[in-house]
Amino acid sequence: MTWFLVHFAEIVFYSLAAVALAGAVGVIAFRSPVHAALSLLGTFLAVAGVFVLMQAEFLAAVQVLVYAGGVMVLFLFVIMLVKARDIPDEPQYVRRLVPAAVGLGALLAALVGVGIWAASGGLPADGAALRMVAGAPLGNTEAVGWSLYRDYLLPFEVVSIVLLVAMIGAIVMGRKESGRGGAA
Amino acid sequence: MNAYIPVLLFIVIAIAFPLITFVFAWILRAGRYDPIKLEPYECGNPITSEAHDYRFSVRYYLIAVLFVVFDVETVFLFPWAVMFRKLALFGFVEMLVFIGILVVGYVYAWRRGALQWV
Repeated sequence: MTWFLVHFAEIVFYSLAAVALAGAVGVIAFRSPVHAALSLLGTFLAVAGVFVLMQAEFLAAVQVLVYAGGVMVLFLFVIMLVKARDIPDEPQYVRRLVPAAVGLGALLAALVGVGIWAASGGLPADGAALRMVAGAPLGNTEAVGWSLYRDYLLPFEVVSIVLLVAMIGAIVMGRKESGRGGAA
Repeated sequence: MNAYIPVLLFIVIAIAFPLITFVFAWILRAGRYDPIKLEPYECGNPITSEAHDYRFSVRYYLIAVLFVVFDVETVFLFPWAVMFRKLALFGFVEMLVFIGILVVGYVYAWRRGALQWV
């Protein structure tokens, strides 16, 4: 029992990591796109749990709100719009995807590696330095706000440009379809 | 971390409740199978076609994208709102610029009729 209490955080972390990985495997293993999307939902929620474990409560809430909420709705809408049986199921189609998958996998591994290398050197391990403003301790959301709106001003404003491009892009592509189809 | 014990309890109950319900249903059910039972429920009418035989409007996707964009915009308002007093005028102007840029997209969406369901 004491062993359980001492290693509680580790037990929770490895359980969540297992759920996240199982969900990720499920995304590519399930034949039904809806099952794959639900599997991805499990991964999103497990990652939210990992964020809570790292005391990043704000990120956990955002993970649930934006990814498990908004992005998942988007995925399900796309599955609804695209007929799954229209997607070719031929081996040569899959074979053509192999180089792209290997390339993307290598890129992702490199990015994660650089991220771990950078984080293990420069950043404070528990983010404690970010949590003090004028001698007063901050909550996680307050610490994010303080850091984001003072130190990361330009990236924050660039986000609005990215969102603007996403919005206009979606509208342009959506309108094109209805214009071709006649009166909209 | 102790603050998360109610959350943990909530998750345990949320998982246990449907599991227990399923186990009870599995014990109690009659187990008579029929192909009709596997069909989607259509208010008692026979099924005429599959749901995927129809094409859905791309507008569903458009609405979903706009939802996600404004969802992300709202997410940025939370850390700003809790630090509003400490960030003072600087933070206010900063957020005005952020929302101002997004209002351009909002006006564009409105003018192009993307918010209307025709």
